[in-house]
Parts: sequence; structure tokens; C-alpha cells
Amino acid sequence: MTTAVTASGLVKTFGDVRAVDGIDLEVRPGEIFGVLGPNGAGKTTMLRMLATLLPTEAGEARIFGVDVRHEPHRVRQLLGVTGQYASVDEGLTATENLWLFGRLQGIGSRESKATAQRLLAQFGLEDAARKRVSQFSGGMRRRLDLAASLITRPPLIFLDEPTTGLDPRTRAQMWDTVRGLVTDGCTVLLTTQYLDEADQLADRIAVIDHGRKVAEGTPDELKASVGDSTLQLRLTDGADGELAVDVVRKLLDGTPVATPQPGRITVALDSADRAADVLIGLRQAGIGIASVSVDKPTLDEVFIALTGHDTGEPEPASDEHTSTPDAQREAAR
Amino acid sequence: MTTTTLDPMEAVARTRPRNTLGETIAQTLAMAWRATKKMRRNPEQFIDVTVQPILFTVMFAYIFGGAISGDVESYLPLMIPGILAQTVLTTSMATGVQLREDMDKGVFDRFKSLSMARIAPLAGPMVADLLRYTIASTLTFLMGIAVGYRPGGGVVGVLGAILLSIFVGWSLAWVFTWLGTVARSAQSVQGLSMMILFPLTFLSNAFVPVDTLPGWLAGFVKVNPVSHLVSAARDLANHAELTAEVGWTLIAGVAVIVVFAPLSVWSYKRHL
Repeated sequence: MTTAVTASGLVKTFGDVRAVDGIDLEVRPGEIFGVLGPNGAGKTTMLRMLATLLPTEAGEARIFGVDVRHEPHRVRQLLGVTGQYASVDEGLTATENLWLFGRLQGIGSRESKATAQRLLAQFGLEDAARKRVSQFSGGMRRRLDLAASLITRPPLIFLDEPTTGLDPRTRAQMWDTVRGLVTDGCTVLLTTQYLDEADQLADRIAVIDHGRKVAEGTPDELKASVGDSTLQLRLTDGADGELAVDVVRKLLDGTPVATPQPGRITVALDSADRAADVLIGLRQAGIGIASVSVDKPTLDEVFIALTGHDTGEPEPASDEHTSTPDAQREAAR
Repeated sequence: MTTTTLDPMEAVARTRPRNTLGETIAQTLAMAWRATKKMRRNPEQFIDVTVQPILFTVMFAYIFGGAISGDVESYLPLMIPGILAQTVLTTSMATGVQLREDMDKGVFDRFKSLSMARIAPLAGPMVADLLRYTIASTLTFLMGIAVGYRPGGGVVGVLGAILLSIFVGWSLAWVFTWLGTVARSAQSVQGLSMMILFPLTFLSNAFVPVDTLPGWLAGFVKVNPVSHLVSAARDLANHAELTAEVGWTLIAGVAVIVVFAPLSVWSYKRHL
């Protein structure tokens, strides 16, 4: 069977910055594929290239076997794109938006209205059907935006950071909706900054950093690389930092240890039990501890483990430059 | 979410390589519908097409009438077609400014991601704008008649002049649409458009007889396409005559569309 998305050697530069620097990707039909990375990693840029919204500089991409560069018109018929910033018309009502997008894709007026009603019901927006989108909350906008991507029932859906900026309850609703898409037979490619989101939704994950893919695998495989939990320590004396790292390295052979700040230590653990070993080891070495916590690994830890550096601040040519059409245009100059 | 599951390969087989002419027209009309919705919800968009013809007709008639033609009434046959040209030209300018503003919105990302014809987002608002041209040109004549203009060409001549200026305004709107697709901001479109329009309308025969101008200026005025539109509108409104001026004006309009419509689509495709 053909892959849903195949990309090889994708490249996009904005000025001196290689926003996407040779990415290969393979998404299988029927799966949810997560692209995980911090702001500015090139996720949005990559997605926009696959969605024919940005020309590729090098490399090639196929959507269900159809070439993105040579047959963009056919590719667009196979895709629904839900952007990071709701791409719906603020000045129109929810129904009008969906009706218009249906008409623009060759659906008859009456059928388009029926589709709009069905989608609004499915996304719990019936009550807001006649409201203008400018009065919508962030979560409602996202849902309408996703509904707009489903009008023609495309086999592949792109979601660019579908829950960034949403409150936890709305986020959970969005997750349910995304899972529902797959039971319908859709393939989903989503980008996210949140490890837990990728973990909750994705069958497979690619981690992107500085425009390159640094890891790929199932959520379990990825987490295995950073351990099952993370021990965060603050030392009473910052000067003990290096000594403490040595102690931990000796105790837990081969696990990633990082010192994001002097006196702070982050240790990846295969299981939370091992935290006790570390604490005892430090006590025996005479190192004082000011505070301790054991957490699930976050994106930061994945990053430290995979790339050896922190997610840090957004890069100059970040997704923020490429995510709105406006800024992206600026960046393209 | 209970409908039959999707078969991607079937969806691939269903895709078509391009839009048919019929689909393109349907998409353009859908975009025109969107533009009229916006007009109805933002009635201030009609200010320029209502206030300008009323204000300028009265102002110019009473200020320049005596000086140029001896009295207001004999100035009106010269001036009203001039105002008509000026009004449709400024109206066509607004097309580019609004397009630029619109294109900065997120919804244009969706338009671009849909398999719709690339000309539809540009041509749609222009179809809706026909309404604005009609209002502007009709009001100009009504106002003229109110201050004493009696068009010698009768109803047919006036209708001819209105249709001609709507056509010219519409074709020129493609120039501003193109500007809209290449400029950085709505403001720069506005600025550029003013720089083009102002000399074009005033360095024409719209408000003064050409023989009063110095030779070098008369030379420019005679080749200025706006002068041809004004002369053609005068021939139609005042004499109901289909003169060569009408023909030249139509040809110029078609030429502008042939050049700027493809340029606009090309630039829109490249830009977003």
C-alpha cells in the first residue's frame, strides 16, 4: 500500500537560516504521526511545504503517491489543513464559513449547507452556527477550523499545533476529536510542542530540531531513550554540581544527566525507584540537597537526551516567523 | 462519525488535475458572495462610492463652473463625465487596498490550501465591486441632474456612459489588484495607487478643456487613457454617439485586463 506521506531531503531556507534542513518522513495510512519539536524547529515550515503552501527548495514529497511539487492541485484535494492560527473567516458566521469552503471545493449549495450543519453538530457548535466567528472563543475557533478541513472528507489531515493556547479541558476534547478522525479512516499528521500530546495521540513521533530530524519512533521508544521519569535536584551548594554529576553517572551507568543551571541537576531514570539510589549516593558523597522532585519526562528532557541541549528560547527564524501568512511573507523576502 | 471509512486510494483516483471553467466560475461567484456579505456587514465600505460623487459634483460645479465655462450649467456637460471617470477610478483603487488587507488574514491560508482556482479569490471581490461601480456612476449622474445637468444623449446615452465607465473601472481594478498582490501592506497599496491615480485624473481633460493647457501638458493629456474615457463618456452622455473614443477606451480596458489579470494570478500564487 502507498504511504500517506513520503518526504525525502526537504529543504527550506529563509535568508541565512535553514528552517528545514533535509528532513525525511514517512507516514503510513491510518496512523497519527506526531512531529515534535520546540518553537522554531521547522515544524510549521515543513507542514506548509507538504501542504503546497510553500514551495520546496530541495527534496521531494508525495501525498498518497501524488507529487507535491508537480501536481499541487491534486494534492490539495487529498488534504485538509488546520493551521496554527485559525484559518476561518472572522467576518462570517460558522455556517457561512463551512458553506463557503464547501462551495469552493465544488459541492452544490444545498449539499454544502447540509454538510455544514452535520459538521457543526459533530463538533458541538450548533448553538454558535449563526454567530460570527469574531465572537468565538479560541477553542471554538479551533473546532470550526478542524471542521472546515473535513468538509470533503479528505484522507489526510494536517494539524499544526492543534492545542497550543487551549485550556486543559478543551485540549482533551480536541484529542478525542483527533482520535475520532482516525477511526473514520483518516491519516493525521500533527505538529506539537508538547510531549504529552504526542504521547497521547501519536502512533509514531519524529523529533525535529533546527530543521533536522533527531529521532523517530513510537512514544514508548522515545521515552525509553530519556527514561521513564525524571529526577530534578537542587543542591544546597552550587559548587558541588560537577561532583554530583560524577556520582550520578557512576551510579546509573549511561543515563543522561544534565545541569541546566549551576546547582541544578536533571537525571533521566528508567524507573522512579532509582531516585532513591541517587539520593543515597549523594548523601554518601556528602552532597547536600535543597529540593527534590520526580516527574514524567518533559520535552526538555527528551531534547537534552536527544540533542544534548536545552529547547531554549525560540530561534530567530522560528515558527513564529513562518506561521502567519504575514510573517511568513516577511521571512520569505 | 459513523459514515463509511475512507479509502485513500479511491480518493486519489477521484482527484482531478485542474479546475474546469465552470468550477472556476462557481468558485469566483462564491468568493463574490463572500465579498458582498462583507460589504453588507461593513456599510462604511460604501462611503467612498456615495459621498465622493455627491461632494465632488457639487463642489466642482460651483467652484470651477463660472471660471471655466462662464456659468455652472454650461460647465456640467464637460464636468459630469469627468467626475464619472474620477469616481470609478478611485473606486477601482479600493479593490487593491481591500484585497491586500484581506490577504493578510488567516482565512487566505485556507483558500490557498483548497483546490480552488487561483483566480477566484482575486476575481470574486471584483465581481462584487460591480455593485460599487454601479452605485458610484449612477449617483454621479443623479447628482448632476439635481444641479441642472440635462444630458443630451438621453437615457440610452447616459446608460452607455455608465456601462463604459463601469467596464473601465473594472479593468483598471486589475492593476490595483496586482499592486495588492505585490505590495507589502494595505497602506503601501493605498499610497502607490494615489500616486498613480492623482496625476492620471487631474492631468486629463476631465475638468478643463485641453486647449487651455500649455503645449507640453496638452501632449500628455491627449495620450492619457483617462482623457479617452472622459471623451468617450461625453460623446455617449451628451450626444449618444458611439465614437472612436469609445472604441479606444474599450480596447485600452481589454488590454489592461489581458496584461494585469494573469500578472495578478501569477503574483498571488507566488506570494502567499
